[in-house]
Amino acid sequence: MELPVLEQILSANDRIALDNRKLLQAQGVVAVNVMASPGAGKTSLILRTIGALEGRRRVAVIEGDLAGRVDADRVAETGTPVVQINTGGGCHLDAPQVRWALEQLPLDRIDLLLIENVGNLVCPPGFALGEQVKVVGASVPEGQDKPIKYPGIFAVADGLVLNKVDLAPYIDFDAGVFRTAVRALNAGAPLFEVSCKTGEGIAAWVAWLEGIKT
Amino acid sequence: MAVMHELPVTQSILEIALRHAKRAGAGRILAINLTIGGLTGFVDDSIQFYFDYLSKDTLADGARLTIERIAARVRCHHCGAEYAPPDSRIWTCPQCEALGGEVIAGKEFCVASIEVE
Repeated sequence: MELPVLEQILSANDRIALDNRKLLQAQGVVAVNVMASPGAGKTSLILRTIGALEGRRRVAVIEGDLAGRVDADRVAETGTPVVQINTGGGCHLDAPQVRWALEQLPLDRIDLLLIENVGNLVCPPGFALGEQVKVVGASVPEGQDKPIKYPGIFAVADGLVLNKVDLAPYIDFDAGVFRTAVRALNAGAPLFEVSCKTGEGIAAWVAWLEGIKT
Repeated sequence: MAVMHELPVTQSILEIALRHAKRAGAGRILAINLTIGGLTGFVDDSIQFYFDYLSKDTLADGARLTIERIAARVRCHHCGAEYAPPDSRIWTCPQCEALGGEVIAGKEFCVASIEVE
C-alpha cells in the first residue's frame, strides 16, 4: 500500500529555524547568515563590519567551523560577544546548532547577529538557521566562474559580497563575467565589491546592513 | 563533503517515513519515494548506504529508496520562455538571450510517499 507523505525532507530543521527567527525578532535582533567558500574572507568581513559599526550597533557573532576556535578568538579580541560552533566534520550549520548558540548570547543587548557559516558553497543554503538575510561572498582569487559552478547559493542570496578587489591587478579575474553570471542567477540582490584588506567598499556594505529592519 | 551532508539528510528521511508509517499503523516500510530537484546539490550515491545503516531494527529495515530526479527549469523574466538552464555556462534565455529567470523546477526536496504493509 502506498501512503502519500509530501513532506519536506528538511522540515524539522525549518521548524527550528522558524523558532529561532521568532526569538530573534522578539529581541529586535537582525540576523545575517554569511556564506562563502573557505578563505573567501568571511571572518575578515565580519571583523571589518564590527569595526565600522562600533558605537552604532551592538554586534554579536556565531562562528561555524569544522574544528577549533581560531575565528572566534579573532572576534573575541574585539570585545564582541561570540559563540563558536564546531560541527565536527559537518559541512554546514543547522538550526539546532544555532539554537544552542543563541542560548549563550545576551540577545537583549544585541542589534546585529552575524552568523559565519562553514566555508562551503554547496550545502549551507539548504539549511535555514533563522536568519533574516542570507549573504553570499566570493573573492577575486577564486575566479569569475564561481556563480556558474555553484548556481544554487548565488540564486538565494539577499546580498552579495565580492572580496579582495585590491588583488584584481595581479589576477586574471574577469569582473564582467562575474557580474553577469551573478545577475543571471539573482537579479535583485545588491553586489558589494570590497577589500577587507584596504577597507574599500566597506562603507556601502555596512550602510546596507544598517538599513535592514527586524 | 557529501559524506557529512547526506548523513543528517538520510536521518531526516528515515524519521519522516517512520512517523508516517506508525501513524498509519503499518508493520513494515517496503519503499520510500523521494522527489529531489537537480539544483539541490544532493548526491544520491551514498544515501542507500547510510539508510541501510540507520534503519537497522526499525520498521524501515530493508526498505528501498527510490529517487525521482526533477530537472531544473527556468522561466525567462523577459519573454516567458521556459528552458533548462545550461551546466557550466551563464544562464541566458535561448529564445531572447535575456539573462537568467525564475527557477520553476529543480529545488524539490521531499519525501513523496512510502510503500508499507
